[in-house]
Amino acid sequence: METKQPVVEMKGITKTFPGVKALSNVDLRLYAGEVHALMGENGAGKSTLVKVLTGVYPYDEGITELEGREFKVDTPLEAQEMGISTVYQEVNLCSNLSVVENIFIGREIMKGGKIDWKEMNQRAVEVLARLHLNIDVSKQLSSFSVAIQQMVAIARALNVSAKVLILDEPTSSLDANEVKQLFAIMEKLRDEGLALIFISHFLDQVYEISDRITVLRNGECIGEYMTADLPRLELVSKMIGKELNNFESIAQKNEEKEDDGDVLLEAEKVFKKGSIQAFNLKIRRGEIVGLAGLLGSGRTELARLLFGADKADSGKITFKGRKVALSSPQKAISNGIAFSSENRKKEGIIADLTIRENMMLAIQARKGWFNYISKKKQNVIVKTYIDLLNINPPNPEQLIKNLSGGNQQKVLLARWLITNPELLILDEPTRGIDIGAKGEIQKLMLKLSEEGMSIVFISAELEEILRTCQKIVVMRDHEKVAEIQNDTNVTQQSIMKKMAGGM
Amino acid sequence: MMKSKLFWPIIVLVSILCINLFFDPSFFSIEVRGGHFTGSLVDIANRVTPLLLISIGMTLVIATKGIDLSVGSIVAMSGAMAAFVVGRPGISDDSLAPLFLAIALSIGLALLVGLWNGALVSRVGVQPIVATLILMIAGRGIAQLITNGQITTIYYEPYAFIGAGYLFMVPFSIYIAAAVFILAVLLTRKTAIGLFIESVGANPEASRLAGLNSKNIILMVYVFSGLCAGIGGLILSSNVAAADGNNAGLYYELDAILAVVIGGTTLMGGRFFLMGTVIGALIIQSLTTTIYSIGIPPEVNLVVKAVVVLIVCLLQSPEFRKKFTRVLTFKKMTKKEGVAQP
Repeated sequence: METKQPVVEMKGITKTFPGVKALSNVDLRLYAGEVHALMGENGAGKSTLVKVLTGVYPYDEGITELEGREFKVDTPLEAQEMGISTVYQEVNLCSNLSVVENIFIGREIMKGGKIDWKEMNQRAVEVLARLHLNIDVSKQLSSFSVAIQQMVAIARALNVSAKVLILDEPTSSLDANEVKQLFAIMEKLRDEGLALIFISHFLDQVYEISDRITVLRNGECIGEYMTADLPRLELVSKMIGKELNNFESIAQKNEEKEDDGDVLLEAEKVFKKGSIQAFNLKIRRGEIVGLAGLLGSGRTELARLLFGADKADSGKITFKGRKVALSSPQKAISNGIAFSSENRKKEGIIADLTIRENMMLAIQARKGWFNYISKKKQNVIVKTYIDLLNINPPNPEQLIKNLSGGNQQKVLLARWLITNPELLILDEPTRGIDIGAKGEIQKLMLKLSEEGMSIVFISAELEEILRTCQKIVVMRDHEKVAEIQNDTNVTQQSIMKKMAGGM
Repeated sequence: MMKSKLFWPIIVLVSILCINLFFDPSFFSIEVRGGHFTGSLVDIANRVTPLLLISIGMTLVIATKGIDLSVGSIVAMSGAMAAFVVGRPGISDDSLAPLFLAIALSIGLALLVGLWNGALVSRVGVQPIVATLILMIAGRGIAQLITNGQITTIYYEPYAFIGAGYLFMVPFSIYIAAAVFILAVLLTRKTAIGLFIESVGANPEASRLAGLNSKNIILMVYVFSGLCAGIGGLILSSNVAAADGNNAGLYYELDAILAVVIGGTTLMGGRFFLMGTVIGALIIQSLTTTIYSIGIPPEVNLVVKAVVVLIVCLLQSPEFRKKFTRVLTFKKMTKKEGVAQP
């Protein structure tokens, strides 16, 4: 099998963006008649690699070969003409145009200076038939389901000479049945001799459809494997960069907290379509609950539902023994829930405002327009938290955008601590900040929980979760798959097994 | 001091005034004539009031990353409404009731219009530029509807006090503008409203997650902008003693946006500078006055205005200033070198 020549071979690809090395020395081999899964966490470089291959970005170093000959494309259009087509994550079509128009937009078939509609309709029907799709091509695209729209996108990407088809997260908005439909078509195209790249966060799907896997991590190529030879657990550990044999069991344990604290929040069958499967969850007073799972596994989605940042479709949430409707952040906050988003820049800080203003925002929002906290009082509060959290620079009037990530995170923490919440949800509070600040935040969490605050802690670093959490909830493929009481028997390995699933 | 957002606008304002002094040495003199102050400076301060009011309202709207194009039309509507009450023949100058009725109805209409704009933007989710474009166009129609398509002349004497009267020797309209300015400053700096406006304008999603009800904030700024434009309409119609649905307040929205931008508030939303806006409005008004007083032909006065505005905007850009100073120092250096090696 290895003697076959790859259709496309990328060797030693390096791509630098200002300040970041997005790809370094990455290899990728695509074979005809295979589905090749590109795996890695968000930011690992999957999309960048695809964009380099399709000519969206130029690359700095490396070679790309098509059927053994070196080639270079500068635009996606050129790539498509050479037979490399892409279907992007969001369906990149015009929903207000007809199916035919969508398939042929930009490369209409002309006859005598006019569009040859008859020929185009004919061809559209043919290409869709290749995908086992029999629909009225003159109908507006928006009248079809997302799955069919996805197929139309694939039809558009397939021209006669297509050799490589790249599917970037094609299944993220499809339900199980639609996924099956899509896979049937992928298998058909594979059997016709196309090389397919499949990018997905769903491990089950990767194992169902792919033949070969390339794993990327932090812009580096970790390796290429045959899917059949790569156990899930190993895949996950390669993606997140912890070798199995290197695990030291964590000696340091939380002293066992008895299971008798009263329940602060209880979620029953909370569900949101396309976001998270129905889940149950109990959070006790003073408990730190860790949410573990790969990026995109539904950790953030779960947290957002508890805060009302997104509205659940169904389910019941009881807070302090009363049923509450957490339909907006405002309501959640007035109930005593706080949420610090993983997306610090977009959903956390107000870049152009000062440390003081950023800190006071949530408490002032709760107090209302006219119940203004005087500058004098503000300064006292802000000073307290700057000292408590060791925020640098200790100048309340400094613009928050001038602070380092760790200090910004501390200001956001202060914003919520000032509101004195009973439940604090922290989504990746330690990401991208230095070790020192990380330790301080972990210590603070433990202290707060001793004082009776409940905390939901989301982190990609299992070691952090093991060190701080009493209870660990494991997410996979937008579903809560396990709930573990953290004791000495729990290891990173056992959690990873649950994150990977299928064993 | 040069870092202050106000520095460059003040420099420009002062230079415009000094240019006037060059052409007219008596430009800065203020005399007492007919029992009140007169002079070019008083004239500028008096004439700027409608624009100033509108610009103050516009500042808050722009701070939320919005824009209000309907203010010029609100000026026309408010004036028309007032003229509808006090412009009818046979109203006695002795009774003040028509005056207060006119003010109440005009302001009421302006608030209603602001509420409509705000509701479209914050509740329906129409883009601000589109939402306010509706009334920018339709507002003038409504104004004409109120005045029956005629330019209504107002002979009712008490009404003239608003825009042409004097209190303690100073034009009354200046008091109005000052009062609204102080109100705006107090509302935004002594309550949490200012913080909320800046926060919503700078990062709507983060604000929502911090528990802000951005909808009400946005609604409020459009209502306030409507109120300001309504008062501006009263002053303007009172000053000229007439309501002209077609031309009253024409292009005021553009001048107001300009005043806000000159004052240092960016169209990207976020931080706003009410004092900057005052200076911006004064620059625009003194420029207009200057163009007339030094005798620039009316055909080209818009060009002159455009050039000055361009200069102000360039001066405010740190990138431009950096490049500009680099070019200057480079020239100096080459000159020196030229001298050094003859």
